Order: sequence, then C-alpha cells, then structure tokens
Amino acid sequence: MTTETPVLQAPATASVLKNLDAVRAMIKRHKLNDYIFSVIGLLALVMALLTLLVLFSDLVMDGYARFNLEFLSEFPSRRAAKAGLLSAWVGSALVMLVTFLTAVPMGVAAGLYLEEYAPKNWFSDLIEINVTNLAGVPSIVYGLLALGLFVYILGLGQSILTAGLTLGLLILPIVIVSTRESIRAIPVAIREAAYAVGATKWQVVYDHVLKYSQGGILTGVIIGMARALGETAPIITIGALTFIAFLPPSPVTDVAPFINFEWLSSGFTVLPIQMFNWLSRPDHAFHINAAATGALIIIVTLLMNGTAIYLRYKIRKNIKW
Amino acid sequence: MINPTTPIKAESKDLNFFYSNGMQALKSVSMPLYENKITALIGPSGCGKSTFLRCFNRMHDLYPGNKYQGQIVMHPDNTNILENGVDPIEVRMRISMVFQKPNPFPKSIYENVAYGLRVRGVSNKRMLDDKVEEALKGAALWNEAKDRLQDLAFNLSGGQQQRLCIARALATDPEIMLFDEPTSALDPIATANIEELMSELKQKLTILVVTHNMQQAARVSDYTAYMYLGELMEYDETTTIFTRPSRKETEDYITGKFG
Repeated sequence: MTTETPVLQAPATASVLKNLDAVRAMIKRHKLNDYIFSVIGLLALVMALLTLLVLFSDLVMDGYARFNLEFLSEFPSRRAAKAGLLSAWVGSALVMLVTFLTAVPMGVAAGLYLEEYAPKNWFSDLIEINVTNLAGVPSIVYGLLALGLFVYILGLGQSILTAGLTLGLLILPIVIVSTRESIRAIPVAIREAAYAVGATKWQVVYDHVLKYSQGGILTGVIIGMARALGETAPIITIGALTFIAFLPPSPVTDVAPFINFEWLSSGFTVLPIQMFNWLSRPDHAFHINAAATGALIIIVTLLMNGTAIYLRYKIRKNIKW
Repeated sequence: MINPTTPIKAESKDLNFFYSNGMQALKSVSMPLYENKITALIGPSGCGKSTFLRCFNRMHDLYPGNKYQGQIVMHPDNTNILENGVDPIEVRMRISMVFQKPNPFPKSIYENVAYGLRVRGVSNKRMLDDKVEEALKGAALWNEAKDRLQDLAFNLSGGQQQRLCIARALATDPEIMLFDEPTSALDPIATANIEELMSELKQKLTILVVTHNMQQAARVSDYTAYMYLGELMEYDETTTIFTRPSRKETEDYITGKFG
C-alpha cells in the first residue's frame, strides 16, 4: 500500500474495488470541471440578460410618462407632450404587411426548391453559401440597393411599397435558411413512407414536408419580421419622411371593390425613424418620447418572439420523431 | 426442390444494382417471387438483401446516381418495372412497403391509413371509411383503434404503429408487399403478432420479407433466399434451406457458424 498521491488515471485493468478511494477522488476532481463551467456559463448568461434588462428599464423609466393611449393616437407635433406615434406605428404596420407578403412566399418557395427540387451539385452549393452570406450583409447595403433599384430604376418612389420590399429582401435569407432547416429536420423515413404509398413529389411536399415544417418556418418568419421592425438604416437610405402628420389611404374602403392599393405608394414613417427623429432634437422632452418609442419596439419584438416560441411549441407538440 | 408449376408473381432477372458511389450492391440476382407465398431474404449485414427489396418499389430512384441493370418482371402483365418508361410511382401503386422502424405520419390513425387512397384521388368519405376499416381489420388493429381513429398515430404502441403501417400499405390493395425487417424494433409479443399477420396476408397477396432473424424466416416464410456479398447464394423452399441446404456457406450461416 503506497501512501503517495492517489493514482491520477483510472486503473485500466485492475479492478475499481482495489482502488476505490483513488477512483472516488478522481471522479470528484473531474466533477469539479462541471461545477466550474456551470458557474462561468451562468455568469455569462446573467451578464447578457442584465445588460438587456438595464437598457430596457432605463427606457421604461425615461419614457413611462408617455405610456398612454394618446401617445398612440396622436400625430407628431412640435410640442413634445402632444406628439404621438400614430403615423409611425401605422407606417410600420403597413410596411410589415408588404414585407410579410413578399418575404414569406418567396422565401418558402426558394427554400423548398433548394431543398426538394434543385439538383445537388456545385451550383446549388454556391447558391447555398451565398444565401447564408446574404444574411450577414449590412442592412444599409440593402438600403442602397433599394434606393437604386426600387426608387430610381423601377420608379416606385419613397413609398411603403419600396420600404416593404426592401425589408422583405433583408429578411429573405432568414426565411430561406429557416425553411431549409425545418425541412431538413423531417426524417427520411417519413418521406420514404409517403413515396412508398405512391405519392408524387408535390404530394409529398404539400401533404407532408410543408405541414411538418411549418412550425420552424413560422418561427423564422416571425424572428425575421421582428428584425425588420427595428431596422432603421435601409429605411433612412431610401428616404422615408421623418415628420408625417397624415395617414396613408386606408387599404380597405367602403366602396366596391373595398380594397385600395393607393397606400402602397404613399409616403410614410416607421417607429425606429420616429424614434431617431425625436432623439436628434435638442429638447429633452422629445427624448422622453424617444425612450417610450424604444420601449414599445422592444415590447413588440419580445411579444413577436414569444409568439414564435409558443407557436413552435404548439405545432411541435403533435410531431415526434 | 421448388415445384416448377408454382405460379410466379414477379421475378428478377440478372439484376445488378450500383449505388451512386459506384459500389455494386447486387450481382446478377435472378429469383422468382411466388404468388401468395412469403419469400424471406436472409444473409449477413451488407449482403444486399435490403437493397434488393428496395428495387421492387424503385425506392432507390429517390436518391440521384443509383443505377439498375437487368429486369424485374411482374406477372401476369409482363411489365419490367425497372424499365425507363415505367414511372416509379406506378410501381409503388402496385407494390407497397413496410419499413424497419414504424414510420407513421404525424397525423391521425385514420389519415395514416387513408393517405394512400387520397394520393390516388379518392375523396368519397364513405369509400374512405370503408377502406380504412377494411385495412385496419386486415392489419388486426381495428379492435384497438376503432374508437380512436382521430387520435394521433404516435399515441399507439410500437407494435400497434407497425400494424398501422401495414394497414397503410394494405389499404391500396397492393399485389406485392415488401417488409424490410419489420420486427427488428419490436418486442417478442408484437413480433409474434406481425408474423401471424403476414401469414394471413399471403392469402391475398405476395410477400417479400428481409429479416435478420433466422427463426423468423423459418417460421413465416415459404421460400428463403440466402444472399452474400450481393449475390444470391441459394434459393429454395424454406424447409429445404433450413434442414438440408445444398451449399456449405448457407449451412454455416444458418447454423450460426458465420455471420
């Protein structure tokens, strides 16, 4: 029996029983790593959350004076206490609508095509790399592209349509990537089962692939929309107005055909631009408005992400592989 | 010896198969499937038995680069189902398949069984109801499932799920049913149920089953094929294969000396 330090390695061949104390000491030492890492991880998490929490509570404390319905129902004004977000949130909502209607069909169709129909070769690999890269392109670059393409070449003007299309392009990679990832999560066995009963490719795609991946796709769409909601740079680049005291024409009218598309070409402003505008004024009273707007954007973003998590949970509940 | 007058449902003729990586998985396999009989494919892992089975419903077509050579001829119409002009979907409408692991769709029990019919354009509710009932009865699942047809298929046990997959494959009245190690994920009782079911099903159709379990082959099949390294080593009546195989390799495999 030696009285030196316990064996450093677990005895490979000798029985554990003979070295029981040494093995126990070793397990303890190894478990220390678990403990150290969990402390580091927790610390990192607390730091990240704390930063967000401090920022958010700062905004709320600065802006809570304006948390009332008038703030949402009033147009901007020269008097800070009377100025409201009406044109900004309506503008944001309409721009989001256009973004949704362009990014979702295009993104889902592109993702579906790449995953199910496109032949797998160097060209599709190239496209895949580029789509992923697009997600990392700075948003102002999209703004410049939109200014050149939508505003000048296509002559769409500095309109809701231009802004919606721009943000649609911006979140397109997010929608494509999330579509592809959720399609890939469907097990081969399920596809083969569908093919084995005689389904065509489109039947497999429509009856199975799309149905089982919609939770993931939806999550991607909502997260993309939440990002688009806060985007400022590309909207400034295409020239959104910063002071608007009117609403775009209503999309729904009381005369046939009850739908009106004039709003698409209307000038507009959006929440982050309104916030930016108020922030750049010297008068502190406007800064309160900006803080309130910032808090509102964060709340809406959190709500959207929360909805995404809930929907994914709800849809995934019925799907177990 | 196999009685030469036994009616043949399908037969492979000089079938070679190449995976997209160039590997030849089947080497000139020629063997008949007898009508209303169960034919078992046995052999060590990687011998090509699953590959051979999956030729029968052109499953390999789903993955680019795979190549068939030779024929699989269906009787009585003498269609070579591997021919270029024959759509794999048409083949799959005649020959259905049950997989190794139960793979029900994340849909209701009813929709799982009805799917094959829906794919064929059946939308008449009465007809679907009748067919679903018939298929579930055929798969010995009706009594357990009739009160919960709208339940998710995942709520069934593993053995029930596999019987559901059999019902799904059965609902479309196939001529041949392929079973790819259908009980390897099941417990002994569920296995016995499936084997009993297969013996009943052969009244109506022809069965080709891949199995790793030699007792299973001996219990359920009428004919047995022993494959090794992509080649068909021996093919005969099951009793002959298991009592007096003509080749030494077959004997070594079934007595457990090898494999």
